[in-house]
Amino acid sequence: MATEIITPNAITMANFKGRVEPDWCPGCGDYGVLAAVQKALVELQIPQHEVATISGIGCSSNFPGFIETYGMHTLHGRSIPVATGVKMANHALTVLVTGGDGDGFGIGCGHFVHAMRRNVDLTYMVMDNQIYGLTTGQTSPTSRLAMKTKTTPFGNVERPVNPLALALAAGATYVARGFSAEQKHLTELIKNAIQHKGFSFLDIFSPCVTYNHDNTVQWFRPRVKKLEDNPAYDPTDWNAAMEKSQLWGDEIPIGKFYERTDVPTLTELEPVLNPGPLVHQPNRIPAATAKSFIDELM
Amino acid sequence: MKQSFSIGIGGAAGQGVATPGDIFAKIFSRRGLHLNAYNAYQSIIRGGHTFLTVRTGEGNIRTTDGHLDLLIPLNQDTADRHLSLLTAGGACLFNADTIHPGTPADGVQLCPLPVSKLADISRNKVAQNTLAIGAALSMMGIGFNSLESVLEEQFRKKDRAVIDENIAIARAGYDYATQNLKPFDHALPLTDARFAVLSGNEAMAMGAAAAGLKFYCAYPMSPATGVLHWMASHARSADIMVRQVEDEIGVINMAIGAAHAGVRAMCATSGGGFALMSEGLGLSAQAEIPVVVIDCQRAGPSTGVPTKTEQGDLWQMLGAAFGDYPRVIAAPFDIADCFTLMPEIFNITDRFQCPGIVLADLLLAEGRLSVDPAILDFNPPIDRGEIITSNGEPHDKYLRYKITDSGVSPRVIPGIPGYTHVVSSDEHDEDGILISDAYTNHAKRRAMMEKRMRKMDGIAASIPPPQLRGPIVADVTLIGWGSTYGVIDEACELLREQGISVNHLPIRWLVPLHGDAILDILNNALHTIIIENNFSGQFARYLRSETSFVATGHIRKYDGEPFFPQHIVDAVKEQLAGRTTLSIPEHEVMV
Repeated sequence: MATEIITPNAITMANFKGRVEPDWCPGCGDYGVLAAVQKALVELQIPQHEVATISGIGCSSNFPGFIETYGMHTLHGRSIPVATGVKMANHALTVLVTGGDGDGFGIGCGHFVHAMRRNVDLTYMVMDNQIYGLTTGQTSPTSRLAMKTKTTPFGNVERPVNPLALALAAGATYVARGFSAEQKHLTELIKNAIQHKGFSFLDIFSPCVTYNHDNTVQWFRPRVKKLEDNPAYDPTDWNAAMEKSQLWGDEIPIGKFYERTDVPTLTELEPVLNPGPLVHQPNRIPAATAKSFIDELM
Repeated sequence: MKQSFSIGIGGAAGQGVATPGDIFAKIFSRRGLHLNAYNAYQSIIRGGHTFLTVRTGEGNIRTTDGHLDLLIPLNQDTADRHLSLLTAGGACLFNADTIHPGTPADGVQLCPLPVSKLADISRNKVAQNTLAIGAALSMMGIGFNSLESVLEEQFRKKDRAVIDENIAIARAGYDYATQNLKPFDHALPLTDARFAVLSGNEAMAMGAAAAGLKFYCAYPMSPATGVLHWMASHARSADIMVRQVEDEIGVINMAIGAAHAGVRAMCATSGGGFALMSEGLGLSAQAEIPVVVIDCQRAGPSTGVPTKTEQGDLWQMLGAAFGDYPRVIAAPFDIADCFTLMPEIFNITDRFQCPGIVLADLLLAEGRLSVDPAILDFNPPIDRGEIITSNGEPHDKYLRYKITDSGVSPRVIPGIPGYTHVVSSDEHDEDGILISDAYTNHAKRRAMMEKRMRKMDGIAASIPPPQLRGPIVADVTLIGWGSTYGVIDEACELLREQGISVNHLPIRWLVPLHGDAILDILNNALHTIIIENNFSGQFARYLRSETSFVATGHIRKYDGEPFFPQHIVDAVKEQLAGRTTLSIPEHEVMV
């Protein structure tokens, strides 16, 4: 922030400051994600009215209320279909989708998979804390084996979903993982994801300070290793990305796992959108077209 | 009763029942005749029994009535099931090589077609169908040229040789009948009128397109899939974005997203899919984003009978989504109304920023009707309501959910500078800020509830009260809703011919319900009978809950098939005679 050159009318952090202060627990990883998203939008100089921030339900899904954009707080697990509808109706908007691991990989998992195969141009950021927070500490689809939660008091016996491998398998064209405590790195990933044409998926470690005492910032910090630190890593290599996605334990990679730019987006594939955003197209069907519809029935 | 002529064509699924139906429909409508077609079928791609009825005539034909003048059985099963529907003057046209009909009623002409002698059946698998169409038209006194032109259109994507072969087969059937079979007593008339023939699904799709629909999405589900098919095939010429989505939960939420971004959005489903949309309906109401949902009812519960009709979803509509919220629910009267209702309901949902439900059923969705093309108005009034589409003058702090007398708050289309805000599924303040967690506030919650619910007054004022059809005073008043409109009207005509004075109160707008206007009419009625296609009398119970009105009697049908006019006539007579207050007609056509 301090390093930016402020020019008249430039977009600054103040533009994206929400109307209310976030009410996340002190120390929650989501603060870091919010700051990184705001910084990314400032650095990309995207005006707030050209951004739609759409969430599901959960702690992290309160995100749209804490950033000044066209925000939308939808239903649990339904942010992606709502965001897809927004993008189809007005593809000039930058559409950000935010939520948690329960929202995205539990109740909303079906939509997640289909959005990736459709390559809708959305930036989907999952604040993954491996626990249900707002419902006060139940196991989540990314909770590790043996983790004790209110619903797994004797330890979780269900293996967690691997969001990165899932995204790669579903055909996502941009797959990355960030860590809320790695601000600069995360900001770069978010900028990159917004600029990517197509569906970009960011799994972001955003530790829960209240309900997950296993996967804390202190637990992650020595383990996370940036893929960008390895000059030999090629993010266009799907097999390499899949291999890296399997790493967990002493070394947990973060960074851009995979990107391909040769897949057209859903917007590009629909000729109906060629004249421009749907919302700006005329409502009336031309008389000759209407006549042809009726003539078919005569 | 007005004169009509009915054809029944039956066979196994895959035997080509639909094509002769389409051909007859085209020929009749081009002769300026009204028609109604109903296909009784099952959830099977090959096999089973499919029975298509086409009823035509000079008068306003709006139903099929269970009576047949011509039966074309494509297999033995069809002949066995339906020969008894023919009465004196009727005829059965059948393949003499494969079908052996039993003994028909007196005065019914059996018309065997020597199919293998008239056509090369090794080359043409549907030769018997084409021969029968040709023969039927000869017997109806219709010139061959009208069939020839329809066949040209029907097969226009095929090779010339295929077209010529089919015309030759049809000609052989036509000539054979002219020489060997007795024509019907009355030739089919010819008028100057011209009709479009369409299904309710096509009508609802086109009505929505006329209303300025820009986004449609759905998951395939009978009997609503026809809307998706029309949309998919016309998307590019109508400039509508059409998506097939992974499930109905995704469907309604995607439609809401598109509507939020500023376009008219719609989806369609049947009862099972609608159940999945329930939570989304609440989002539409709470976030105040207008969306239109079509529910084409089929026999339930659960997967139910996917190919059969029912009016069994009313209470699902009434109870969909938790909490109290404003919405509008309407049931179109007939296939023409499936078109005209759409612009009306889009205007209401836009003006009041709430969900709108079109409650159709299989009878309308998949039935087909002749409609005056002038009714298919692609230039209806479009009222998008209070909407902010440009950043003109400087303005006060924008309040998306501003508390107003009407309950309607001006809606801004995302993308406009100076109006960023949050819309929310959680309860919120006027500015969209959540009051559901850290900032819970009972006074604000109450104010927002009252603001939203005030919209119901505006909606009620925007929809007309129901109108009585027929004389103001009558011995019996028949009450129906939605798709029973046509069949009750026809039953009224039959009853009047028999000297019974009857009128008809059809209900189109279900929520909000004009209870006082209904009571004004029904409190003066001598004998009231509510007619509906469900088991429990869903509308009767709804009417009672809204108005305390209890009808004298009920006619209900829940066997999957629609009412015939005679069912209602017989039931009204038995109820007027005091024999029962609940009639459940037997369906006599075995389908």
